[in-house]
Amino acid sequence: MTETEKHNYDVIVIGAGGAGLRAAIAAREAGMRVAVICKSLFGKAHTVMAEGGIAASMGNVNSNDNWQVHFRDTMRGGKFLNNWRMAELHAKEAPQRVWELETYGALFDRTVDGKISQRNFGGHEYPRLAHVGDRTGLELIRTLQQKIVSLQQDDGQGGPASDGKLKVFAECTITELLKDDGGRISGAFGYWRESGRFVLFRAPAVILATGGIGKSFKVTSNSWEYTGDGHALALRAGSTLLNMEFVQFHPTGMVWPPSVKGILVTESVRGDGGVLRNSDGKRFMFNYVPSVFRGQYAETEEEGDRWYTDPDHNKRPPELLPRDEVARAINSEVKAGRGSPHGGVFLDIASRRSAEEILRRLPSMHHQFKELADVDITSEPMEVGPTCHYVMGGVEVDPDTAAAARVPGLFAAGEVAGGMHGSNRLGGNSLSDLLVFGRRAGVGAAEYVSALGGEYPAVTDAQIDEAAKSALAPFDAAGVDASENPYTLHQELQQSMNDLVGIIRKADEMEQALKTLDDLKARAQHVAVEGHRQFNPGWHLALDLRNMLAVSECVARAALIREESRGGHTRDDFPEMSSQWRQVNLICSLQPSGSVDVVQQPMVSMREDLIGLFETDELSKYLTNEELAQLPSKEA
Amino acid sequence: MSYTAHFRVWRGDAEGGDLGDFQVEVNEGEVVLDIIHRLQATQAGDLAVRWNCKAGKCGSCSAEINGRPRLMCMTRMSTFAEDETVTVTPMRAFPVIKDLVTDVSFNYEKARQVPAFAPPKNLQPGEYRMAQVDVERSQEFRKCIECYLCQDTCHVVRDHEENKKAFAGPRFLMRIAELDMHPLDAKDRQHAAQEEFGLGFCNITKCCTEVCPEHIKITDNALIPMKERVVDRKYDPLVWLGSKIGRRPER
Repeated sequence: MTETEKHNYDVIVIGAGGAGLRAAIAAREAGMRVAVICKSLFGKAHTVMAEGGIAASMGNVNSNDNWQVHFRDTMRGGKFLNNWRMAELHAKEAPQRVWELETYGALFDRTVDGKISQRNFGGHEYPRLAHVGDRTGLELIRTLQQKIVSLQQDDGQGGPASDGKLKVFAECTITELLKDDGGRISGAFGYWRESGRFVLFRAPAVILATGGIGKSFKVTSNSWEYTGDGHALALRAGSTLLNMEFVQFHPTGMVWPPSVKGILVTESVRGDGGVLRNSDGKRFMFNYVPSVFRGQYAETEEEGDRWYTDPDHNKRPPELLPRDEVARAINSEVKAGRGSPHGGVFLDIASRRSAEEILRRLPSMHHQFKELADVDITSEPMEVGPTCHYVMGGVEVDPDTAAAARVPGLFAAGEVAGGMHGSNRLGGNSLSDLLVFGRRAGVGAAEYVSALGGEYPAVTDAQIDEAAKSALAPFDAAGVDASENPYTLHQELQQSMNDLVGIIRKADEMEQALKTLDDLKARAQHVAVEGHRQFNPGWHLALDLRNMLAVSECVARAALIREESRGGHTRDDFPEMSSQWRQVNLICSLQPSGSVDVVQQPMVSMREDLIGLFETDELSKYLTNEELAQLPSKEA
Repeated sequence: MSYTAHFRVWRGDAEGGDLGDFQVEVNEGEVVLDIIHRLQATQAGDLAVRWNCKAGKCGSCSAEINGRPRLMCMTRMSTFAEDETVTVTPMRAFPVIKDLVTDVSFNYEKARQVPAFAPPKNLQPGEYRMAQVDVERSQEFRKCIECYLCQDTCHVVRDHEENKKAFAGPRFLMRIAELDMHPLDAKDRQHAAQEEFGLGFCNITKCCTEVCPEHIKITDNALIPMKERVVDRKYDPLVWLGSKIGRRPER
């Protein structure tokens, strides 16, 4: 039997970003013994990259805001494909989750009357994003990290901080979830990145909070950690993924120099007055307001400019359309030959705001461009273009408890969970999503574990041996003829996903991508790594590659099936949004053969009081005629 | 645009190691981390390095480049001459694990010793009111990305392992200053800063400020004001008198 370090917990959380840490806090506060496991050092999770803010309808800047308005904006942004129950819970609970952060020590920017300041963002009707300059994600992660320490100090009861009941296992990668004979979660198996030694966590509940899948694409704002681990772990454990075809390409990533291509340029630049121009100097977004949003956005530059100071009497500029619309518009301008020298468009804040104001509101953007591109954004425009940023699809979950489909004891929260954002996520709704559903997952897992009454599912030695063998396969392949280099395979995967399943999609290209994926999957069987198990990035990549391949196949298969264009899924061959397809969720599962199966599952109809929040005019843009006929008539 | 650079990268582990020589391609606009990644992908698949965001926001890729503590992702290759040898070594103040990866657990231990934010008892969530000008002081310190370059460069611990027990380092003294300047924190921080976390070891040479990639004025805005607060209290005659004639603990 494999010699393996073992730990016993009530709840284990995989991932230490916003969702994972908030889940761990909730589970610990519910009395659970909790382990948090993360691939990086504690406090380095991808959440630090979030810049703009946390969306919550506190109404501090405009008192007209409330959860109903936030809910409406979220559904519109997601083109009505959102799990409406998740969108409802999210809109209702976000303010409480933000205020709570202040009791953990967070220091948000303030309004003149000392409340939390809120800024404008794409798709949000009112200023809604609580923020700290343009480094809100860092504030969120540090605050939650410090709250974890605070709970450990409480557990130390006046003595030194104690990690007996809440412990972070950093630089540790989980490779498999384990289940008992009854199909319930029994634990998780992984390795220490530092030593390469194996480690087993026995626990009846696992919360996936692993983030996204961006590293399957070449141009991405995501870090190396974003290899779809949670998505793939859920699939292999027998759970399902929902609507994986929806991938958000953020409209503004850096395009130059090549080494930083894809790094995010925050939407706050536009929220604070920045505008997009093509090579003719024209603000082209006025030409790209789609019919579903017509009437909600300014039609002239003058009106758009007045909106910043008088939002009650003017409509917002189209630069603040939801991200999918802006990304497609930039793509079209570049294709039409009106792009910037390095293949993007210009994002101009220099001519619109004083240098002093830019430095105060966008300090980290100024820093990033100065240091990485030698561009001073207070005097020159930035060059920007779309970058793979976020996956709306994810583990199919119960909205209230975050329990994953089909696998008792498995939970998911944050980017790895699907449904909340529909076909397109609004900026600012991610950080609030992490907090709202991170907490719900922690509570949900604690309730599940309490109901077991101390009887925990078993892990067998054979399961451990099998997981160890699978993890060591890349070493066994070393020295064998026809062995493959994991870095090379990864680059090929990124290139084909970028080119063939990217921002604009066509059936024949996606079929080609699926062929390539099949080929890469076969070659991945022969991936070999050199050196030994101690901190070996080649080996780590070889294992992550399996996850990226499984998740990429889900994206490509679902994208080929959905014959419409909606949010983060644009079909060149089916350019229209279809009200029939709005009633359909695409559900991916893994077959015993290892291939991905996709089935259509009908969407549950929205509750009457929620659908009553929309005007019939607007609903008619999204709903089928049959659905419209069944709407309760509005009283005059 | 492209050229071949001479890199020297430290390879080894806790047992020991040496600088390895590499000839490696460099393209326009690249940073040192790009070159390390190229080495991984083409010449040294098992070269160990920490990194995450590659945009100077996470503080993972700390190392010493030509002897200076820096983030590899924020060090542009254009700052070196094409014929200049670029030497990359792990942070010296922490034990090596492998290659460029060091054991930074010292920092996490210190982080756990600093008492957490103490929320005001009379305020509910949502009731906090603070002026922007008052939060800005602590906000500057909360820009910290915990790259630990300040800890690495601080001479109190850089070559004095024995001081680590009694000295929290610039990062965590700044954390204490941050909490002390938080408008609503309900705990006294000043005594502990001096007695438990070793503020007195700092002799304000500003090395920490110099290497901070976030350009936080650690010494001027956190450590010196903290020293002044401690001194004000310690040597304030009224406070001294109060401590002598005030209520004494019961025997």
